[in-house]
Amino acid sequence: MKVKLKIWRQANAKAKGQFKNYELDDIQDEMSFLEMLDALNSKLIKEGENPVAFENDCREGICGTCGLFINGRPHGPGEQIATCQLHMRLFKDGETIVIEPWRAGGFPIIKDLVTDRNAYDKIMQAGGFVSVNIGGTPDSNAVLISKEHADEAMDAASCIGCGACAAICKNSSAMLFIAAKVSQLALLPQGKVEASKRAKRMVAVMDELGFGNCSNTGACEAECPKGISLAHIARLNREFLKANIKS
Amino acid sequence: MSNFITSSLGKKVILSLSGLFLIMFLLVHLTANLFLLGGSDAFNIATHFMDTNPVIQIIQSILALGFIIHILYALIIQFQNWRATPVKYKKKYQKESSSWSSRNMIWLGIFIFGFLFTHIINFFYVMKFGEMSSTIVHGEEMHDAYKLVVGLFTGGTLAYVYSGVYIVSFVALGLHLNHAFWSAFQTVGWSNDIWRKRLSVIGSLYALLISVGFTVIPIYFLFIK
Repeated sequence: MKVKLKIWRQANAKAKGQFKNYELDDIQDEMSFLEMLDALNSKLIKEGENPVAFENDCREGICGTCGLFINGRPHGPGEQIATCQLHMRLFKDGETIVIEPWRAGGFPIIKDLVTDRNAYDKIMQAGGFVSVNIGGTPDSNAVLISKEHADEAMDAASCIGCGACAAICKNSSAMLFIAAKVSQLALLPQGKVEASKRAKRMVAVMDELGFGNCSNTGACEAECPKGISLAHIARLNREFLKANIKS
Repeated sequence: MSNFITSSLGKKVILSLSGLFLIMFLLVHLTANLFLLGGSDAFNIATHFMDTNPVIQIIQSILALGFIIHILYALIIQFQNWRATPVKYKKKYQKESSSWSSRNMIWLGIFIFGFLFTHIINFFYVMKFGEMSSTIVHGEEMHDAYKLVVGLFTGGTLAYVYSGVYIVSFVALGLHLNHAFWSAFQTVGWSNDIWRKRLSVIGSLYALLISVGFTVIPIYFLFIK
């Protein structure tokens, strides 16, 4: 198949970027989206042009490194997949595909389609951990966890921190990401102890880093490659309120 | 506490609680309005009660404060959100991922504020500070509020214009409330996967009740009365 690409090119963080058009022939249905971009880059290198910079690592949907805004949606068409899991069969022959980097105040562009997502790491450093000394391996039956809580914690833990939530949010809010992290730990006995404090600290850092306020539109949940539920945001709100009432 | 008020979530909690307070007020307002359908005496008695009851007078000041807080915090939050999204996408597909009203709360809010202004000039200002004719109901002299309402919604082209403005505003209010109701509960943490569905349904029914309930009044005077 043939595709027309409209890709955001920006030399560096300070340069003024613009869209550039490319055309690619001989694209096979079974190619992944990133393989298609690899093919484009091989062509550009042969022609002596700078290849398009984009991030990727595991290419199996678990690392959260890839993240492109494709045809108006984070990670493109297809439900609950990361960009690397997107295949060319979801596009029509001759279709124009618009590829943009994440556009959010908290994710400044470094080059082309690569954005600086250190903000999420900084939020994690503020509280996305359990700071108790757990000692040796405990007896597996010593601390019982209900199936419901284990399942819900696991759902929250599936967040790969790709940034799609903030990317689609009309306010560039990172709430779904933080909610997943707070929820995952708050549901388990080891993390419960610090649940409220953690929520307060992570929200404070989120506010500092230029993310907007959540207005509960639900776009993040709809576009999350892992289908993280808005219910986790409600839990984050609860933990945050608890922390403030306690203090 | 100061951290709470300046944090993004704290501001949203204040917005939600003031919103929930206004949601309750709308029910009271609607109840009072529906006395209009009972005729002039019924409405005038209801208005006289609202006008003279000391508890209502105190609540009135709190209500004004509720409006001010809600509008002020909505604007602060909105300006921060605009600042957080300095560059727009060339192509953004969001029809299926979020509802129209959830994306346009600020514009619906601004529209409703414009209506509120008109509404206060039409009724509240006249009732409190303007000159009104009096009537005697069951031997007690009181303002003829019924006449004021009838005057606005009947006779002439202006009645049609006012009715149109009021009806469009109630549709905007309904859309605003449709997202607001569930959203307010979500923000104070009262939601999960089950309650979200329940609250969304209750919210939609509430929005419909308010929208239809208030719309009935201009329609009643324009076409039925």
